[in-house]
Amino acid sequence: MAAMLSTTHEGSLGEAVLAAFGRKQRLAFALPAVVLVYLIYIFFAFNIPGLVASARTDNAAILLSDFWSYKTHVTRDNRSGEVSVAIEGENKGTYPPGRLPAWVSMQDGVTRIDLGKEHEVVYEGTGARFTIPGYGVIQVEPDGQGIRLDLPEGEVPDWINASPARVTVTTPQGRFSMTRTRTETFHYEPGWELFFFTLDSPFSGRSVGELASLAVSEDRVDPARPNIVHMLSEFWTNKMWRHGDVAWALFETVLMAFLGTMGAAVVALPLAFLAASNFTPARSLRFALRRVFDFVRGVDGLIWTIILSRAFGPGPLTGSLAILMTDTGSFGKLFSEALENVDRKQIEGVQSTGASPIQQARFGVMPQIVPVLLSQVLYFLESNTRSATVIGAIVGGGIGLLLTQAIITQKDWEEVSYYIILIVLMVMAMDSLSGWLRGLLIGRVGRT
Amino acid sequence: MTDTAFARSGDIRADYLAHARQRQMYSGILLLVFVLLMVSGFQLADARNAGGFWAGIHQFFDFPSEVVSEAVAKAANLPGLMWKFLPSLIETINIAGVATLVGACGGALLSLLSTRGLARFPRLIPLFRRMMDGMRAIPEIVIALILIFLLGGGPVPAMIAIAFHTTGALGKLFSEVSENADRKPVEGLSSAGASWSQAMWLGVLPQVTPNWLSYALLRFEINVRASAILGFVGSGGIGYDLKTAMQWGQGRYDQVVAIFLLLFATIVVIDQVSSHFRHKLVKGH
Repeated sequence: MAAMLSTTHEGSLGEAVLAAFGRKQRLAFALPAVVLVYLIYIFFAFNIPGLVASARTDNAAILLSDFWSYKTHVTRDNRSGEVSVAIEGENKGTYPPGRLPAWVSMQDGVTRIDLGKEHEVVYEGTGARFTIPGYGVIQVEPDGQGIRLDLPEGEVPDWINASPARVTVTTPQGRFSMTRTRTETFHYEPGWELFFFTLDSPFSGRSVGELASLAVSEDRVDPARPNIVHMLSEFWTNKMWRHGDVAWALFETVLMAFLGTMGAAVVALPLAFLAASNFTPARSLRFALRRVFDFVRGVDGLIWTIILSRAFGPGPLTGSLAILMTDTGSFGKLFSEALENVDRKQIEGVQSTGASPIQQARFGVMPQIVPVLLSQVLYFLESNTRSATVIGAIVGGGIGLLLTQAIITQKDWEEVSYYIILIVLMVMAMDSLSGWLRGLLIGRVGRT
Repeated sequence: MTDTAFARSGDIRADYLAHARQRQMYSGILLLVFVLLMVSGFQLADARNAGGFWAGIHQFFDFPSEVVSEAVAKAANLPGLMWKFLPSLIETINIAGVATLVGACGGALLSLLSTRGLARFPRLIPLFRRMMDGMRAIPEIVIALILIFLLGGGPVPAMIAIAFHTTGALGKLFSEVSENADRKPVEGLSSAGASWSQAMWLGVLPQVTPNWLSYALLRFEINVRASAILGFVGSGGIGYDLKTAMQWGQGRYDQVVAIFLLLFATIVVIDQVSSHFRHKLVKGH
């Protein structure tokens, strides 16, 4: 009987299995095909071919070289004959009179610039001389109409760019250019310039050993305070890198994330009780609150940020409130779901001792949900640190603002890289902090 | 006998009360520190803000009411404007869509490479893990702004930036899922001579797909929001239109409202649809 049954079913079962396989097979091919079609559509919708053509490789080169090196400009004003040496050509990085980097020497109106590997530029009189080993000497001199250029015999190489108005010589060791009004040489060196001390600081240009011995030495550079304090304050107030301001901006970003996340949790917790079906019998209230949560979440953080910055102006408070608003919706939803899953028995146990509703919530409900809530809050804290960077760029606060400002100048790429490294470190630190706190608090709650 | 038992129970009682008091004190101190941090934090943020909290709170509804009243006056324009901004909205969604696709593929690969027992190169597990941590830690805005400098405006910088971050974020979540996958199919396939990619494709993927898809959908929701924000800060999509409309200020608030409505509707719809599918994927019905 059983055998007969199975044989009669065998045919239909086999068909069913084959049909299911066929369906799966078709799906296995159809899904990648749909994805492929979508990607092809995107390829043209986003105009990728045009993008490849318009990509700025020269910008990439600037960015990369700025990331690990800096340049020093040695500039002569051809009218007055005055020579100045400035890091990145900035005012803040100009060498004070009487002080020069080791590779520049000035004597009797002759400036010698040693670019390394026997490349040498000499400013003499109104002209200049660039000696390049393996090529020869390039002589450049402004005259009446334009610039006179004397090159060694032979074809002009493509790294020399000459016009009557401007001569540019680009070598791996440095760049030289002359116009009628100024003569300029760029010297490239690895590293981030003046990262610790600016040139006007008494500590600039000293080696690590010297600084270490100065730090513990009794001979005070500034009689009013110990050297180590002086050193720290010089570093902190560095005019080029503004370490103090950057540290403050980082703190501001973390502050925005902290206030926003914790504020949202504090606001959402009581609301979540009102929106949970096992604590609030009133159906209409629950429904209304849920829709409020949905609305607040749906009005994206971007829109909240814009509305809030109209009311409160730019700054960290606006950023915190924007995070607070969005996350109140998310937390309200998550918390009320967690509350609906609590175990009724513990609450009844507390209730049987004659506890008031508040006491029931405190001793019957909270111990059950605190681990869940805390882990969610801490997870949000970490991800909000990242959001606070973006929101900071919109509301004008924190490290996001510094980053966007540095990127907009399109030349301070070393600062951009500095900020990026700090942001990544900050996010990673917040990640480990929230992980550590989660282990500590939930472990503790779990044990008691 | 009873005396000592009595004395001991008294000890236990005293111990318990002391313990409870200590715990209460710790909780109290923790709460106090938290409240102090919150209050001083808000005061600090308030002091650093251009406009103060108490001055601004009255103006909270000024801007929305101004915008809404202008939009109501020009209500007839709204459907047309929404139609006009629809392509930008599609671009924003496309940015999020492609970024989620690319990020999910990258995250899947990285997660398999960094799961113990499944990894192709077990020695390199820490390397792939650190890679995912690094990718997760870099905020999208950083990559987007740099790519705008290199590639010019448009949707692609935002897309790459979001995809990069998504790879790291999904990689971590995916590896939590694949860690719990049953190893037996993989062993069976390997013993039959399957290569690593075949073993992953036929042995692991069928097990993890529902959970992975659910995480990817959740990420898509997040990415739509991120793509709108990146448009506002950088370029591309509806965020950029919102910025231009906002900069124009009064007179174009009907556009602002149209964009707000579009964005709100999109986010709510995607939220609902994705939570419906996620429920189906994970619960299986």
